[in-house]
Amino acid sequence: MTDLPTSRIDLKSLLSGSSPSAAKDDHSEGMSYLESLPRRLVTLYLPLSIIVIVLLFPFYWMALTAIKPDDQLLDLNTYNPFWTWNPTFKHIHKLLFESYYPLWLWNTMYVAICSTVVSIIASVLAAYAIVRLRYRGAQWIGGLIFLSYLVPPSILFIPLATVVFQYGLFDSPMALILTYPTILIPFSTWLLMGYFKTIPFELEECALIDGASRWQILTRIVLPLAIPGLISAFIFCFTLCWNEFIYALTFLTSVQNKTVPVAIVNEFVDGDIYRWGSLMAGALAGSLPLVILYAFFVEHYVSAMTGAVKE
Amino acid sequence: MADITLQSRTDRRPIREATAWDQLKANRNWLGFWFMLPAMGFLILFLAYPLGLGIWISFTDARIGRPGQFIGTENYEWLWDDSIFWLSVFNTLLYTFVASAIKFAIGLYLALLLNENLPFKAMLRALVLIPFIVPTVLSALAFWWIFDAQFSIISWSLKQMGLITNNINFLGDVTWARACVIFANIWRGVPFVAITLLAGLQTVSPSLYEAATLDGATNWQRFRFITYPLLTPIIAVVMTFSVLFTFTDFQLIWAMTRGGPVNATHLMATLSYQRAIIGGVLGEGAAISNAMIPFLLAAIMISWFGLQRRKWQQGESND
Repeated sequence: MTDLPTSRIDLKSLLSGSSPSAAKDDHSEGMSYLESLPRRLVTLYLPLSIIVIVLLFPFYWMALTAIKPDDQLLDLNTYNPFWTWNPTFKHIHKLLFESYYPLWLWNTMYVAICSTVVSIIASVLAAYAIVRLRYRGAQWIGGLIFLSYLVPPSILFIPLATVVFQYGLFDSPMALILTYPTILIPFSTWLLMGYFKTIPFELEECALIDGASRWQILTRIVLPLAIPGLISAFIFCFTLCWNEFIYALTFLTSVQNKTVPVAIVNEFVDGDIYRWGSLMAGALAGSLPLVILYAFFVEHYVSAMTGAVKE
Repeated sequence: MADITLQSRTDRRPIREATAWDQLKANRNWLGFWFMLPAMGFLILFLAYPLGLGIWISFTDARIGRPGQFIGTENYEWLWDDSIFWLSVFNTLLYTFVASAIKFAIGLYLALLLNENLPFKAMLRALVLIPFIVPTVLSALAFWWIFDAQFSIISWSLKQMGLITNNINFLGDVTWARACVIFANIWRGVPFVAITLLAGLQTVSPSLYEAATLDGATNWQRFRFITYPLLTPIIAVVMTFSVLFTFTDFQLIWAMTRGGPVNATHLMATLSYQRAIIGGVLGEGAAISNAMIPFLLAAIMISWFGLQRRKWQQGESND
């Protein structure tokens, strides 16, 4: 676990690419002059571009379908299907003004933000206690939390449905806000434990000698220093919430309460042959908030992802 | 840790200020308890309790809206003779092994490619990760459209190239449907594997490669004897996660095929949803999802040993 600071630097240079960790750049250039350009074209650029095109094609296809007129969608022979010259906003208009889509978007956002905030608060306290309070059995509890990260929602949803029903939460956003933290807390606790471990112990000792309470230490010293970790945990949790499907599918029944993924799968698939345009527009609009968030915080996102695996 | 604190306590007892310290340390367990309370509350109420409840439900004949009677192992005996259940087990294993193996191969290859000196490196890496952050269901819908029986762009392109004459019925044919869901899973999983392995690759010192090159090592030898051994620990962890999440996958299948055609793509998770929530037979559904637990335990054991090995390799103590 002591390798975290170095690994964080690596992640930064990994993401910004340009960041001058001078020694390393020198080395890699030193090796790569041995390869000629034609050789690099075949062994590097060609496979790389194929993989990237395959990875990104579905999004291009989604976006294109969302703005194509219906007749062009279904007539592949008269028009070249890979492009359209007369884009239409009909599908997007239908989505925004003739369906509950804005409501579903709001539901998803509401549930994701609430459960993320709740989980981050719980995880900060738990991670701090495990790493720094070192109460009896802290190691054990840390291990148990890691194990609970490995319990998948697909084996919990049946009993959870009965629990949610007993508590009278069925078909309300509260059902999701209270159950999502079981997915998020193990992950973010584990991530934050890694960040807290890198904060020098001496800072806390000084504060203790100056008479600070544990709560003051946490809010005034540890949290400000752990802000990158908090952002990482927040973004990743938010994405997990947005992506969650099986709980939302099981616990919510009325159309107005659904979240975007569930609503699109259930409400837009009506056997209508002209559904594709609005279906793809819905899928695109549902991914957009996450992609925008991701574009601003790529670095934090990757450090969350790799951090959770590395710890 | 406990020993050290005990010692310092006995050492410093005579000094007055030490008693304040002592009290704080004595309270440490209580403080820890209060700090842990919210997290443990959630995990016990909504994770540990349902986990136990699920095992109990699988031994009852519970239906939706009706608490069940204890019926022993009847649900499991019933499943034992149920060919659809065994088909779903087969599908799950096939799905997991094929998808994970290919994800690993392509992911490692992509990580090695991205580790080279490239123009627009940062942008490329950011783009590669996009499939992973877009909600699975939404990208699965895009694949549903790409694999449409009538208007599939793949069928169209192949027809234009003159390779086939009729549309391929991607999601309606047993073999094609399995291949398509596996492809979609690989598509979504590769970025995760690639980016985490890339983070591992970045920690390998370039001087090792230079030394090996001076000694006359080929590309393959450099990979086999430097990259692979140094990457083994992180590969173990990444692949355990990948296997675990592939094995319990639900949403991709549900959005693309809902288990069809003729149950050819039913995984254990989708079958348990169908039996328990749509069919209303909670007991049997719980039994199906509990049947996943032995497989998951096996994966967790592998993860455990992977982590141990990593600590040992890096010469860390068991902190």
